[in-house]
Amino acid sequence: MKKTGPVILGFLVGILMLVQYFTPNAWIEARYNNVLDWKQVVFGMTLILGVVSLFLYHWRKISRRQSGWGYSVVTIGGLLFMIFAALIWSPEAGPYRWMFDYVQAPMQATMFALLAFYVASASYRAFRARGFHAALLLTAGVIVMLGRVPLGELIGVRIGETHISLATISSWILDYPNLAAKRGVMIGVGLGMTATAIKIIVGIERTYLGRGA
Amino acid sequence: MHELSTHPVWHAPPHRGDRRTCQKALSAAAPPRAMVLLGMGRQNALRLLGMGLWISTALLAAPRAEPTPAPEAGAPIECRLDVRDAPNDKGTALEICWRAPADSADITVYAIERRDPETGDWQPVGTVSPAVAARDPQGGFRHQDRRAIEPNRTYAYRLAVVRSGARGAPPETLHTAAATGVARAQWFNHDRLPAAIAVLLFSASLLLFIRWARGGRDLFIRRIAGLEAVDEAVGRATEMGRPVLYSPGLDPMEEVATVASVNILGQVARKCGEYETRLIMPNRDAIVMTVAQEVVREAYTEIGRPDLYDPNDIYYTTQSQFGYAAAVCGTMMRERPATNFFIGHFYAESLILAETGNATGAIQIAGTDSDSQLPFFITACDYTLIGEELYAGSVYLSREPLLLGALKGQDAAKAVILALLLGGTILMLAGVDIRPLLG
Repeated sequence: MKKTGPVILGFLVGILMLVQYFTPNAWIEARYNNVLDWKQVVFGMTLILGVVSLFLYHWRKISRRQSGWGYSVVTIGGLLFMIFAALIWSPEAGPYRWMFDYVQAPMQATMFALLAFYVASASYRAFRARGFHAALLLTAGVIVMLGRVPLGELIGVRIGETHISLATISSWILDYPNLAAKRGVMIGVGLGMTATAIKIIVGIERTYLGRGA
Repeated sequence: MHELSTHPVWHAPPHRGDRRTCQKALSAAAPPRAMVLLGMGRQNALRLLGMGLWISTALLAAPRAEPTPAPEAGAPIECRLDVRDAPNDKGTALEICWRAPADSADITVYAIERRDPETGDWQPVGTVSPAVAARDPQGGFRHQDRRAIEPNRTYAYRLAVVRSGARGAPPETLHTAAATGVARAQWFNHDRLPAAIAVLLFSASLLLFIRWARGGRDLFIRRIAGLEAVDEAVGRATEMGRPVLYSPGLDPMEEVATVASVNILGQVARKCGEYETRLIMPNRDAIVMTVAQEVVREAYTEIGRPDLYDPNDIYYTTQSQFGYAAAVCGTMMRERPATNFFIGHFYAESLILAETGNATGAIQIAGTDSDSQLPFFITACDYTLIGEELYAGSVYLSREPLLLGALKGQDAAKAVILALLLGGTILMLAGVDIRPLLG
């Protein structure tokens, strides 16, 4: 029962989800909304598990004086401070809000800003023209980048009466080869998702239950 | 369409048409959408299947033009009203449809009212500006009423064709028309018929290949470099005495990419257990963490090494996107894992993770179905599972016959779609329009 129970439950809920997509029936829609409500309840409970896991992970590092244990002190301190700040003062004002606006939000923005540097370093590696494919990527990348700025409109060739600018070539690259590849990936992804869903519904794929299931 | 700002003036109309005749004429001119989709008959349905799912999906999903008799020039201001059941719903909407009068130059607004079944009072439903008609080449209008409609109940509507009075004079009603309609609940959303056919055919092909696989037929699976490298990557971590890091992406457990990631995790954990290599897994979602703990524990138990399992190695970090990125990057810098797996659905943090891993010198295997993040992973990682390869990962690594059959079924469906795309492209280039064949 430990193994078959989850498979039967997965089958029933999977069929319900599949059927509700194809039927506008009110009763089935209500059951679908019930499942979504249950998901919220389960999420709330597992969030407790998450917080406990976070606490235990860092507590172990502190108690064992592992490398970087000082950061764990800050993490647990921050966790407890935010909990009590929200309980004592309102989450909309006071220290909780201040910490969110002036500590957490800037730190998140900083992480996001790092992306600019990482794009530069990754582009440098990708654009080194070591072979045909890398050279092709470099050429396409330069054309697309220049084609996206006003300068790209001015650079180009004139064939008869027609001026073919980098912007035009850039649009062609994005609209045809790039979009075709993208759609190819998306078709594969769609089929893969459907296949995985069917395998789980009929109980063929059980790895997510633990491989022995 | 705008909400009714002022009530129209409900004068006696200058011309009253026979409503039944109007409805009949309307019905003949414009069949309901359900009829268009379902009433195509067996022959057309067979043609539909025969001509291929891909093309039929695109064509059936396309809006269909409804033939409309051309308005007669100089005809009186007259508007035909028809109230229909809104298709493909649970019986909580009605569609009020009418044609533009022949001479609609003076019309400023069409005002719709509904009679309250309880009190008998007329209540405004909405107004439609004739400007909308400019976007409809058929000259037809349609307004959907979804406000407190109950299934199987008759609702009466009336439509006023209103002209603004000149220089502050009150608006003038040129014509009114009335009709009733009943909303019915449908059991099947006909707009999703192509998707239903696709799911049925695809499921059938999967089950067919699974049956063949079960019968012992040898099924060829092409080599996937990223998955072939899993052994090498875990072995390298073992040789270096460093851990393996696994990130399941940012999506929650109900997303298929995360399920696929957890399936691959089971195989990776098995190999880590066999090599006695530590597996670290920071999570953004508490449910994913719980499932991952169970999967890794089961994998270790199955190879007879439950003692290797440490629940503290599969831990929760934060819900915050960049907070998670910071946590994973911090782990990579402190723990220096020799191998990083980024398998799942990622967003803007993908490059931050992959570049940090690259800086630590780790061998990196990524896999995602997010087409916008694929270039970053391809650039910064050693191996990348592109799109569908993510979903094939668990099957490829486990080599279980049943799952291999499903993978072959997936390939077959892809071949069919490619053939249909190619066929459609050739037909289009040749100028052959097959839409009439599909009804």
